[in-house]
Amino acid sequence: MLSDEDRKLLKLIEEDCRLTHEDLSIETGLTPEYIAQRISHWEKEKIIVDYRPLINWDRAGDEKVSALIEVRVLPQRGYGFDKIAKRIQKFDEIKSLFLMSGGYDLSLLIEGKTMQDVALFVAEKLAPLEHVQSTATHFVLRRYKQDGVALMGEDEILQRLVVSP
Amino acid sequence: MNRYLAAHVVSLPPSGIRKFFDLVATMKDVISLGVGEPDFVTPWTVCESGIYSLEQGQTMYTSNAGLFELREELSYHLKKTLDLSYDPNEEILITAGASEAVDLVMRAVLEPGDVVLVPDPSYVSYAPCAILAGATVQFVPTHAKEEFRLRVEDLEQAYSPKAKLLVLSYPNNPTGAIMRREDLLPIADFVEKHDLLVLADDIYSDLTFEGTHVSFASLPGMHDRTLFVSGFSKSYAMTGWRIGYVAGHADLISGLTKIHQFTMLCAPIMGQIASLEALRSASEAKQKMIDAYNRRRRIMVRGFRQMGLECFEPLGAFYVFPDITKTKLSSEEFAEALLKEENVAVVPGTAFGPSGEGHIRCSYAYSTDQLKEALKRITRFVESRLSKL
Ligand SMILES: Cc1ncc(COP(=O)(O)O)c(C=O)c1O
Repeated sequence: MLSDEDRKLLKLIEEDCRLTHEDLSIETGLTPEYIAQRISHWEKEKIIVDYRPLINWDRAGDEKVSALIEVRVLPQRGYGFDKIAKRIQKFDEIKSLFLMSGGYDLSLLIEGKTMQDVALFVAEKLAPLEHVQSTATHFVLRRYKQDGVALMGEDEILQRLVVSP
Repeated sequence: MNRYLAAHVVSLPPSGIRKFFDLVATMKDVISLGVGEPDFVTPWTVCESGIYSLEQGQTMYTSNAGLFELREELSYHLKKTLDLSYDPNEEILITAGASEAVDLVMRAVLEPGDVVLVPDPSYVSYAPCAILAGATVQFVPTHAKEEFRLRVEDLEQAYSPKAKLLVLSYPNNPTGAIMRREDLLPIADFVEKHDLLVLADDIYSDLTFEGTHVSFASLPGMHDRTLFVSGFSKSYAMTGWRIGYVAGHADLISGLTKIHQFTMLCAPIMGQIASLEALRSASEAKQKMIDAYNRRRRIMVRGFRQMGLECFEPLGAFYVFPDITKTKLSSEEFAEALLKEENVAVVPGTAFGPSGEGHIRCSYAYSTDQLKEALKRITRFVESRLSKL
């Protein structure tokens, strides 16, 4: 079980992975040694999986197309959905892959340069896979919020007073 | 047209904060640590309930005491969090901010000639409200070496037989001091001995960073002697909604309600509905803000100590109150020079009472990036001053 301290530490890193061990130590009151030891443990155990920035490509002016794809697959005896999922996830184009409850089985988030790219990938790579029964492609039109961060947030309108009691 | 103003209003000194605010207003690109309100926006679930209430046409007056549902929820909340028992029917009054509650208490209990004991330094409104109610204020100094806790020895010194009301305001604005149970118990004896009433402004109680807040009203025998004041402004980042409350013995609350019904009628309904939602479903959002304040607090204390300034560790509210006497500047000189030379606004400690001299109040209700930049500039300023000595 995670201790309260460790949970807070992980959340802090999740929010801003640029914080140095010293920053983290100042903010939490934990020693830098403890923090270094925990972090390297979490990295080793793949609890901290990766460190990467969230980039708003739309704002950067780079064309990118994303789509959510619903996939129905036939589960395989002895493997369920895992075998086919492991096979599908190897494609670089696929950014996320989840097994879902409800009307379909796998949900994929896929990225490409153009709609054509994505459509071709689905038609040529994904749909023909053995055990894949059907696919439905939904293109992303606009990103409002991702990973807890508002991408289209208006700038704050009302300022606080500069000095108040 | 001043001749039309009442003499006691003319003689009321303007808030020390106001003076400084006017000065800051003339400057550009100021990094301010001068703000006494959260930097967070009210949690969305709370805002949404306010918006929905408007859509539903809930735009009327409420009862004078406030929405019963809110009082009921508060009663439950106060029992659970602070072990305080108040009957929602007659012991809780919803006000337009804790500010109104403070004013009501003063006006309902004070008469000309009465003395109010006010810890010094403390929040700016107690003394003026007491004076406007016709009473006299006796400041009770608190000291950095005592971590700005209120001491019975100082209270006894300040005491006079005319004293009727004692203000307790912990966690404290501007010092960040808290009072633990063992600090409060002797005060309860003092209050009992001199038959005083207490105005306990516990508005920062949720922002207690070590241990849990002990409310004076929860001490043995103090329930009926205490008017417990608090509000939603600080805990839930709801300053603009203007909702506070006061709880106490039914006789006292009924007296306060008399004034409230004629001067305020009721607190704004939208804020009351939003506050109900805050109590019901914003505790996680609140905790997140508290955790953020706590991290910033550590950054600030360390920052000031690294400058070589004495900075006692504040364990509540969102202020640090470092000692700047080393620079040989008074609080006001320090704040003014810092503003002019480094464009950083802090509030001179003297804005909160004479014992604030030698200190500045720095709020850490700001993003860590802003705090770090401000600390950098203050460090530069302090270093330049120290090198000139
Ligand atoms: C100690 C204290 N009490 C009361 C208030 C006023 O709070 P409200 O917004 O509820 O009127 C403040 C605001 O700064 C405060 O610091």
